[in-house]
Amino acid sequence: MDHLSSYLVLSAILFSLGLYTVVTRRNAVAILMGVELILNAANINFVAFSKFVTHNLDGHLISVFIIMLAAAEAAVALAIVLNLYNDRGHINVDEANSLKQ
Amino acid sequence: MADFIFWMIWVLIVATAGLVAFGNNLIHSVFALMGTFLGVAGIYIFLNADFLAVTQIVVYVGGILVLLVFGIMLTNKISTAQISQSSVQKGLGIIIVLAILVIILSAVLSHDWTGSIQPMNFTDTVAGIGKLLFTDYLILFEIASVLLLGALVGAATLARKEL
Amino acid sequence: MIKLALFILFLPLLSFVLQIFLGRRFEDKKGEWVSVGIQFTTLILSLIMFVMMMSKHDPGFSLEFHQSWLDLGLFKIDLGLYIDNITVIMLNVVAIISSLVHLYSTAYMEGDVRYSRYFGFLGIFTFSMNGIVLANSLFMIYIFWELVGLSSYLLIGHWWEKDSAANAGKKAFITNRVGDIGMFTGMLIIATVLGTFNFQQIAERIHEGVWAANAGMLFGGIEPHKLLTIAGVLVFMGAVGKSAQFPLHVWLPDAMEGPTPVSALIHAATMVAAGVYLTVRIFPFLTADAMATIAFIGGFTAIYAATIAITQNDIKKVLAYSTVSQLGYMVMALGTGAYVAGFFHLVTHAMFKGALFLASGSVIHAMHHSLHKIHDHETDAQDMRNMGGLRTRMPITFGVFMITTAAISGIPLFSGFLSKDAILAGSWAYAANVHEGWLANLHLAWLLPVFGFGAAAITAFYMFRLIFMTFYGEAKRPEIFRHIKESPKVMTVPLMILAILSMFFVFTLPSVNPISSHGWFTELIQSPESAVTTGPAFELEHFEHGLHAAHVPAMATSLIVAALGLLLSVLIYLLKKISAEELAQKLGVLYRGSFNKWYMDEFYINGIIRPFLKGCGAVGRFDLDFYDHYLINGWGRNAKKTSRGVGLADDLIVDGAVNFSGIIFQWLGWTLKFIQTGKIQNYLIFVLIGAALLFVANVF
Repeated sequence: MDHLSSYLVLSAILFSLGLYTVVTRRNAVAILMGVELILNAANINFVAFSKFVTHNLDGHLISVFIIMLAAAEAAVALAIVLNLYNDRGHINVDEANSLKQ
Repeated sequence: MADFIFWMIWVLIVATAGLVAFGNNLIHSVFALMGTFLGVAGIYIFLNADFLAVTQIVVYVGGILVLLVFGIMLTNKISTAQISQSSVQKGLGIIIVLAILVIILSAVLSHDWTGSIQPMNFTDTVAGIGKLLFTDYLILFEIASVLLLGALVGAATLARKEL
Repeated sequence: MIKLALFILFLPLLSFVLQIFLGRRFEDKKGEWVSVGIQFTTLILSLIMFVMMMSKHDPGFSLEFHQSWLDLGLFKIDLGLYIDNITVIMLNVVAIISSLVHLYSTAYMEGDVRYSRYFGFLGIFTFSMNGIVLANSLFMIYIFWELVGLSSYLLIGHWWEKDSAANAGKKAFITNRVGDIGMFTGMLIIATVLGTFNFQQIAERIHEGVWAANAGMLFGGIEPHKLLTIAGVLVFMGAVGKSAQFPLHVWLPDAMEGPTPVSALIHAATMVAAGVYLTVRIFPFLTADAMATIAFIGGFTAIYAATIAITQNDIKKVLAYSTVSQLGYMVMALGTGAYVAGFFHLVTHAMFKGALFLASGSVIHAMHHSLHKIHDHETDAQDMRNMGGLRTRMPITFGVFMITTAAISGIPLFSGFLSKDAILAGSWAYAANVHEGWLANLHLAWLLPVFGFGAAAITAFYMFRLIFMTFYGEAKRPEIFRHIKESPKVMTVPLMILAILSMFFVFTLPSVNPISSHGWFTELIQSPESAVTTGPAFELEHFEHGLHAAHVPAMATSLIVAALGLLLSVLIYLLKKISAEELAQKLGVLYRGSFNKWYMDEFYINGIIRPFLKGCGAVGRFDLDFYDHYLINGWGRNAKKTSRGVGLADDLIVDGAVNFSGIIFQWLGWTLKFIQTGKIQNYLIFVLIGAALLFVANVF
């Protein structure tokens, strides 16, 4: 616990799990959960470096802003998801492929 | 004792995040995500980030998680607590994610962190964060407020039935 | 004190906001009384400040508060308030006139189409005027300077359905712009050399020699003293515009198109005095040469406008030219160094001229109602040739008119006598004390007292002409006269208050000597030391000595000339011993010149605006006939020919190459389209593979 790499390894695992969720899940809400995992991984890194390397509060500030951004992002993303549901009756991302053509 | 708690939290985070990534029941995933968030808040406490820990619980657990549950409930016809979910391109996904994990871990572990680094024990970060927020980060703060307003209006506009 | 000042500054703005956003809804529910109430609150606050000032009784009292507004590293602009005795007195003048005008307007403007908006504009005007008065720096004065310009424009054009009103508004705005360009340039010169806009700091730094050290280096080796003169005169140009000094006076008479209470508030008592106030503020750093320029502009304006006022028949036009003339007096006083006298006249003039305008408004109001009753919409309600004999019908208005006319004519027992006398003594002392430079050769400085006394005589003449034509004699149009009646109380009470404030003792207490201006005013306002070190500055001590000597002869002369003017007026217009028409005929050229305002408007139109438009037309034709026809189109014809040849080469060689590459990309696109699944997660995988590959490539 007094070792930076224990935090960094945790954050790397958390990041990978989040990434995996984003890449493989079909449900849009589940993908959103993956995004939150990734953001949390980044936050842990910022705060850990703040304590072990830079010795100031800048990392904390960045984390505060990230949390704020995550909240905004979740709100907008869920609004989009609701729209998608109203439009198609499901929220499966792999079937939303009108980007093709 | 502290060491033990730390590793417990460590394992809790990895386990719950794993459940989020691999679980088959969406409801279970959401509750596992709550475990992850709480665990991360615990990690913040170990990092002396008291303000962030509280913010984490208030915003993530109290706000975002509730939003996610709403999102699930509004987009499924619920009859049981079992909302199954499935995944796509699992094989390709696991290979590439593992590759990236290996890359990050090799970067983290190959560097010798112990040499030059002393941990800094902050006491009471709230005052410091407050000061920074209204001096060096003032513009960022103002922009963030505008962004939040934009997100608010945007979400409300998008969620209306007649778009 | 600062808090009080902030309240006084921002309360009228509140009134503006309320009237603009909510006013229309409350028009029928006495919404205007909110504005009146706010205005009277500021009046009370101002009076509290006045009492505080009187209890301190310290001529050197000053208070400053400032807040950084714009910080660009080396260049900083502070906004703030500066309060001294002058500020407090000015605040009171503005608050008194403004609140009385608000009260008066509730009756005068009753039933107007844009009633609530009118009160809103009065509010923003009062706000900006207070801003000018409280400003601690040239920059802040400039901001509010433009704001009063704007509110003046809005109020002059209040009845914009009339073309003449709309045009008068534009004229006022544009004419002021000419002066403001000068002011802005002057400000920039001062800020460039000294790095500050703040009045106190400017004076300090000039005194410490910063100007002498920097000016030459920054402005191409110009002599610092000359540059300071130029800067002073340039800043003063703003005052020339706003205070309607020659040659930018043309807008003020036209501004009478606005409602009469507005004329009283803005174009007689306060806004036009802002120029004089600005000159008071920059007084410490004016050089002797700049002051001489200012004195001559003021003196000439005083007599020039007075000669025009003699022949005007519109009651408001007479008062407008008299305002220009009186403003010329104040400016001349400041130019000759009679600082206290200039500011004193500003205050006394605000009171009696405000009263004169409001009283004339009362007459016009009565005329309007009478004309309305007999369904006459042709006759001009402001033309004095249609009035006459009104004193029996409007006794209060007549009494106020009498008192204030006595004040403006410089008759003892009234405030105007004291201030005017001080100005005349100042110009006399100035002329007697100039011993060197271009003024002393030819004795040109003696022109100033001549202007001053001449204007004093003419003022007495035309003001009593106005009274005799309006209130005495028999009614020229009996059918109108029959319906004339005194205005309501809300109009007459402000008149009476202002008439009382035009008495001499208001300004001389606790001493009550009708021929000496010594009193609280002269004790609290004292001339500042000149800060100019670069060359000849104004010698205050010398001047005050001369002032003492000139006091008695100046007073005697001023009494004699005022009596002469009054006598002539009585002979011509009251007793009709001399026929005005015959006199006009005998004086032919002079009469026509004066009647047509010495052709100043015609000069501007024919001498500047028309030639300018013609020049524009000529340049335009040159553009069209020569430049467009031969150069542009000719070039075009040649280019067309050349391009036809080039086009042929293009078709064969370049197009061939382009088509070939097109074919290649078409083929590429066809092959690549199979990896486009349209699924985001697929794309994400590609991105991740790319990122991993980049990392690997970077390491190995």
